Amino acid sequence: MTPLRVSIAAAIASLLLLLVVFELIRSRRLRERYALLWLLTGVVLLVLSIWRGGLNTIAGWFGISGYPPAILFAVGILFILLVLLHYSTVISRLSDQSTILAQRLALLEERFREERDQHRSA
Amino acid sequence: MTEVLEVPKAEAERLRALRRVAIVPAYNEEASIARVVGELLAYDPGLRVVVVDDGSTDRTADVARAAGAKVVSLPFNLGIGGAVQTGFRYAWEQGFDVAVRADGDGQHDPAELDAILRPVLADEADVAVGSRFIGGEGYRSSRSRRVGIRLLAWIVSGLTGQRITDPTSGFQAANRLGIRLFAADYPHDYPEAEATVMVFKHRLRLQEVPVTMRARESGRSSITTVRSVYYMVKVVLAIFVALFRRKAVPLD
Repeated sequence: MTPLRVSIAAAIASLLLLLVVFELIRSRRLRERYALLWLLTGVVLLVLSIWRGGLNTIAGWFGISGYPPAILFAVGILFILLVLLHYSTVISRLSDQSTILAQRLALLEERFREERDQHRSA
Repeated sequence: MTEVLEVPKAEAERLRALRRVAIVPAYNEEASIARVVGELLAYDPGLRVVVVDDGSTDRTADVARAAGAKVVSLPFNLGIGGAVQTGFRYAWEQGFDVAVRADGDGQHDPAELDAILRPVLADEADVAVGSRFIGGEGYRSSRSRRVGIRLLAWIVSGLTGQRITDPTSGFQAANRLGIRLFAADYPHDYPEAEATVMVFKHRLRLQEVPVTMRARESGRSSITTVRSVYYMVKVVLAIFVALFRRKAVPLD
């Protein structure tokens, strides 16, 4: 069985995570789109830390009989991997977009300069 | 514009002097955009029609320009929220007094603009929204979607203290105050429901008016079945957060 203190500590940590994420959205430093995965992480960890019987059952499925809270680590790491992967796709999209922006800006500046010069010589 | 209200001559003059713009967000709508622009210009030749081409990969921009619209082409797809906000920024910077938003897929019938503009022109509302669900008939979306819309309507009504029947409607009109708010801050992704809450938070007046909408002429809704779960979670989250969020910094 999971030690009670571990459950309490894990529950507090997941609640803190949820609070911080909510505050970041509220103060416009985090967009909902990128917060959803974090919120899901917080909720799943919170459920697993409070629902101690469930944690034991799940640990049993994976053949972990010695120390059920290991499941908390495993789930935590899984979500961290998911968030990182998600961010990799986001970064890729952002760098594509900034390439397009830089190109459009450079072409626009060139056209602007050309028209200004034509205007001057006219 | 003059037929918007049965009004005395002086009032008609005032309405005609207002600078008015139609914001038309469009993503790959080459099949329907010409008709939408044409109908808007036929409704009111004094209307500036601005098509915000949201990174389309088809000929939406060319077709819209040929139909007589101003076209703002975004360098890549920003999504409906970013596209609509671009339109409101345009309206704000160019000093327009009244803006209407009508979608490029042809769902919004310009014949209904009278109804949507009336509360704004009469200064009874800062933002007026066309609702499919007050009386009226016409296209009302699929059954599953109506359930989602009703749930959102219930939440938004509860939060704002005003009965809102169609919180996902993008068929709307705004005066200078509404334009200023939406130019400064407009939600991302699926913006309409959150925008409704925002209007209330900033103490602007919002009024729903009954309209009939058409089924889209071409293309598909951006909201597929897979995305609808994401849609609901995101929108409900956004609505609640919007309540606690600090106000948008107003533009000068």
